[in-house]
Amino acid sequence: MRAEARKRPVAAGQAPTIGELLDRQGLLAYVLLLPGLLILILFIGYPFVTSLWLAVTDQSVSTSVARFIGLDNFTDELRSQIFLQTVRNTFVYTGVTVVFKLVLGIGLAVLMNQSFRLKNLARAALLLPWIVPTALSAIAWLWLFDATFSVFNWAIVHSGLADRGINWLGEGSWAMTSIIIANIWRGTPFFAITILAGLQTVERELLDAAAVDGASSWQRFWRITLPLVRPVLLIVLLFSTIWTISDFQLVYVLTRGGPANSTHLFGTLAYDVAVRAGQLSEGAAISLYMFPVLILCVVALLLYFRRSST
Amino acid sequence: MRTTGARRLVTLYLPLSLAAIVLLFPFYWMLITSLKTNRELIDLGGLPFWVFQPTLEHYQFLFGETGFMRWALNTLTISIAATAISLVCSILAGYTLARLRFRGAGAIAAAIFVTYLVPQTLLFLPLLEVVRQLGLSNTLWSMILTYPTILIPFGTWLLMGYFRSIPRELEESALIDGASRVRAMTQIVLPLAMPGILSAAIFSFTLSWNEFIYALVFTTSTDIKTIPVGVVTELVKGDVYFWGSMMAACLIASVPIAIIYNFFVARFVAGFTMGAIK
Repeated sequence: MRAEARKRPVAAGQAPTIGELLDRQGLLAYVLLLPGLLILILFIGYPFVTSLWLAVTDQSVSTSVARFIGLDNFTDELRSQIFLQTVRNTFVYTGVTVVFKLVLGIGLAVLMNQSFRLKNLARAALLLPWIVPTALSAIAWLWLFDATFSVFNWAIVHSGLADRGINWLGEGSWAMTSIIIANIWRGTPFFAITILAGLQTVERELLDAAAVDGASSWQRFWRITLPLVRPVLLIVLLFSTIWTISDFQLVYVLTRGGPANSTHLFGTLAYDVAVRAGQLSEGAAISLYMFPVLILCVVALLLYFRRSST
Repeated sequence: MRTTGARRLVTLYLPLSLAAIVLLFPFYWMLITSLKTNRELIDLGGLPFWVFQPTLEHYQFLFGETGFMRWALNTLTISIAATAISLVCSILAGYTLARLRFRGAGAIAAAIFVTYLVPQTLLFLPLLEVVRQLGLSNTLWSMILTYPTILIPFGTWLLMGYFRSIPRELEESALIDGASRVRAMTQIVLPLAMPGILSAAIFSFTLSWNEFIYALVFTTSTDIKTIPVGVVTELVKGDVYFWGSMMAACLIASVPIAIIYNFFVARFVAGFTMGAIK
């Protein structure tokens, strides 16, 4: 044991010993990886295969033996008005919220990058929307958007802007606006705190030198700071896009996809179809429609990491 | 001097205050609502931004008449167990990927990273089937065993980075002195990686505490539910009289997470951006 261990650092040139050592390390490696991989395979890999199988059958709560029906579930969805509406909803929801979160997040990060008193307290407080359980903060929004008791409506009516309040969650486009507002509120702190970490790595000297050369603060931000934090922006954007497309909690709590399916996303529609209506296969197919977008984001991230690590 | 003060007011304090008001208002609203009497809650005439007759009746109702205590206990149990499982797996996997040379290391690291990006809404239906097949539906185990799939990938990546930052020489000198690899790991590497392990633990705990969709789909009976699912499915009845208790529940369940999180914000960001920030 002792002798083998001693060989390791000096054995670089001796082929057989290295092979032996690699074997040993290989075996140890797989033993150490086993518990984690077992859980990931059992509860991610296997369900993924199951989901592919489910999606090409007609399995529902009432069928005892599922039949293979090919891609019918997928093609049926393309003819379903509710599904097409869901695709549109997801695009609007993701597009609008990600743009707002990015712009507001950059703004908040720039603010927080200045030095002022109680900065740590401010940072902790501003993160709150992102770290508390979303299902619970969504309930606070449900109350804020209540048809009768909404405090926003109270403000609208009492300030004389309108005679009657807005039916926030009860009308299609207002309901979409409401979930977009709640999502931006929840997601902006994540953008801000991550971008802030990027800003803090931008060297002061670089900006000072540019200032000496006569660059305005706007030019310094646009030409120096922003290009330097671009990698961070890219990562935050990709993660947020994945999370927003696959969102569930906010919509489930605030609207359940309504009114008239105007706020359904892939996740909530799949839940409705599979869990509430019992059409398991159809639900699995709806979920799987998220997969191509997901793949694009994952490939982009992997390519990026590969490029940056070489 | 005076102009810089005015400038700071416009470029810093005003926008910062505005951001703080917008971001914190819902929490203020939770607090206010939880302390109002029902009569005050439905009074549309008075000023809604203040409590005129504070009461704790909603808190009494929450603890006495609902399953909240049970849900809190369930959430705590699940979070601790899932965190423990994930930590063991992440430490082992993170160490292996950072230190050992073996065939397929790169592919496994990439695969673990990809699982981190798999959203819960993609797999919750087939996972429900798997949970049924294993006879785990409607048990705490259904969540204890599935939450680690959300936690292990991030934990592994975070710890991998941490283990890499510990000089290899420390470990190798122990190996030369005759220590086994396991001893070198437990007595030299693990103590040095403690801050990273703590971060992974906090991250896992908060994520378990906040999880919603798996808990919603896997459980049906009241005494198995977690706080978020319990509050959403059992207290939201469209009845105005529950608002006070619901806001009380939201507040109580948010406080521990907010406190814990503050200890590890910086580390989370570092782990998250993984090399994008040098």
